[in-house]
Amino acid sequence: MTPIPPSTAGGTEPLLRVEHLSTRFRSRGGEVTAVDDVGFELAAGEVLGLVGESGCGKSMTGYSLIDLVDPPGYVAGGSVRLHGRELRGLPPKAWRALRGDRIAMIFQDPMLTLNPVLRIDTQMVETVLAHRRVGRAEALARALDALERVGIPAATERLRSYPHQLSGGMRQRVAIAIALLNQPDLIIADEPTTALDVTIQAQILYEMQTLCREAGTGLIWITHDLSVVAGLADRVCVMYAGRIVEQGSTAQVLERPAHPYTRGLLDATPAAALARGHRRGEPLRQIPGSAPPLSALPVGCAFHPRCPRADERCMQTPPRVATAAGQEVLCWHPLPPGASLTAPAADIGARP
Amino acid sequence: MTLFLLRRLLQTAQVLFVMSLLVFVGVYAIGNPLDMLVDPQATAADTARVAAALGLDQPLWVQYWRFLGNALQGDLGTSFLHGTPALQLIVQRLPATLELAVSALLIAVLLGIPLGLWAGLRPDSFGGRTIMAGSILGFSLPTFWVGLMLIMVFSVHLGWLPSGGRGPTREFLGLEWSLLAPDGWRHLLLPALNLALFKLALMIRLTQSGTREALLQDYVRFARAKGLPPRRVVGVHVLKNIMIPVVTVAGLEFGTLIAFSVVTESIFAWPGIGKLLLDSIGQLDRPVVVAYLLLIVFIYTLISLVADLIYAALDPRVRLAGGQAA
Repeated sequence: MTPIPPSTAGGTEPLLRVEHLSTRFRSRGGEVTAVDDVGFELAAGEVLGLVGESGCGKSMTGYSLIDLVDPPGYVAGGSVRLHGRELRGLPPKAWRALRGDRIAMIFQDPMLTLNPVLRIDTQMVETVLAHRRVGRAEALARALDALERVGIPAATERLRSYPHQLSGGMRQRVAIAIALLNQPDLIIADEPTTALDVTIQAQILYEMQTLCREAGTGLIWITHDLSVVAGLADRVCVMYAGRIVEQGSTAQVLERPAHPYTRGLLDATPAAALARGHRRGEPLRQIPGSAPPLSALPVGCAFHPRCPRADERCMQTPPRVATAAGQEVLCWHPLPPGASLTAPAADIGARP
Repeated sequence: MTLFLLRRLLQTAQVLFVMSLLVFVGVYAIGNPLDMLVDPQATAADTARVAAALGLDQPLWVQYWRFLGNALQGDLGTSFLHGTPALQLIVQRLPATLELAVSALLIAVLLGIPLGLWAGLRPDSFGGRTIMAGSILGFSLPTFWVGLMLIMVFSVHLGWLPSGGRGPTREFLGLEWSLLAPDGWRHLLLPALNLALFKLALMIRLTQSGTREALLQDYVRFARAKGLPPRRVVGVHVLKNIMIPVVTVAGLEFGTLIAFSVVTESIFAWPGIGKLLLDSIGQLDRPVVVAYLLLIVFIYTLISLVADLIYAALDPRVRLAGGQAA
């Protein structure tokens, strides 16, 4: 393990500081911005929920953080600092040394992330040996330890299994164990429980939370599921069309959302509907329209065509407004605490 | 495993039986071997004597029945023309063909997989495009024409390599091998290259498409996220997955290399079984034709068995169960 010396500047440098990060794709119709001016901070042992619909750029943000954006995409600008050390512009070799060691990533579908033709021990041992000068026996012992930590029964036998001999939940635990192998400072989890059934999802969420708290590992949990974030995250970033439109503590964002989009998302959940006195058979509220394609984003605030509070000002790029301590919103007309959306969104249920 | 092998053996026997029946009837339909064997000026009595000696006076089903009885005792008949056992005739020439086919397969695999891998990793580069364009040529140019061109360039114009024949051989394990003789491999090079060309193109395309597909898989992305060096990601994670289809196809193609080396053997006057088959069909030498085709079927099933075993060794999800696939 090579501890990265903390920045001398002030000594209050967080585990991860992301500023003005943007990722673009070269396509035939010109450049498309998938991640636009994204910034957030994460402290050691903290869990950050990154929430948004499909295609909003949340996964791409995750890939950008560990330099795994495939061409024609590329990280166009911004800064990613881990313990105060700038990661952007590092040569490929330095990135390789970081990935799987200081920063680990877990993917969505456990059926696809493990190599089907390699045994679990092979896939674990190689992860240790890529970063540590240890013998095979030592690497194997670490693999065994990691499997036991994520609650895999009969870990010794599981080591000799092939992925297809394990269930989906077990495979995701193996993937998590691989991420934990080298005691990373940061884990980026890209919807790792979406493909699992609900009981397994709850178990894995709980275990991940505990493991990260204990080890002081920062965790970025990418998801579209607000209920997962509610129980797991300390802070939440809500993404829309490549931008973080609102961020704050979980309580702030979920209880007093300031961005109309966040409000719309919360209103669309069954829990919110029940709280409103929702009756059976009545449709849930939804946000009108659909998320715009990245190649044809509306000017100004990308949400304005769907927003009941929009006016002419929303054609300009919205400002970043602090609505409370630690809560930030990207909006011309942030909602006052406790407000509901105005009329146009309320009767959306009546749309065909 | 034992059950799997037994099942395979039974299938092979069935295929061999059907094949022998088809060939027997087929050759009978082409023409009467007596026309080729007996001098046109011979008397009817002479012809009848020859027919009786070869068993050709009997009805077809009786001839087939006799053949089957002998075949079960390992006797595939005696060549009408040469008077020697057909199988012996073929086995004498088999090493030449096998040597040619194995060399061609080695060229195709040892060149095709690295080239395909390269083209798959850099599909938009000049090198990658050139390799893929070349593989299309390898697919579409007829073997005989390429063979003639190879002779034109390397034998006639440049004079580097001999144009035909097998050249000197050296005995090893009771068989004659060109590769072991100092001048033998020079005779082997052109025909092997000619025979390999199509398979080489096939291997390149198979490896290239497999690589491109594998690179998009989550397990490759995960391997990169683990911080593995590219050499390990490609050499282990990608290669082990694409080897599964490559081995299967290479195995089956080896069968066709042996069976269809006919064209190459004719062009380069290579004394293999392909040439023997052509001659035998021309002379309606039925026992040799039947024995040849049965041998090819046998080799085919043997190769596909070996390919299945390798396939199972490569892919842990495949189990060679005797029962129905789950």
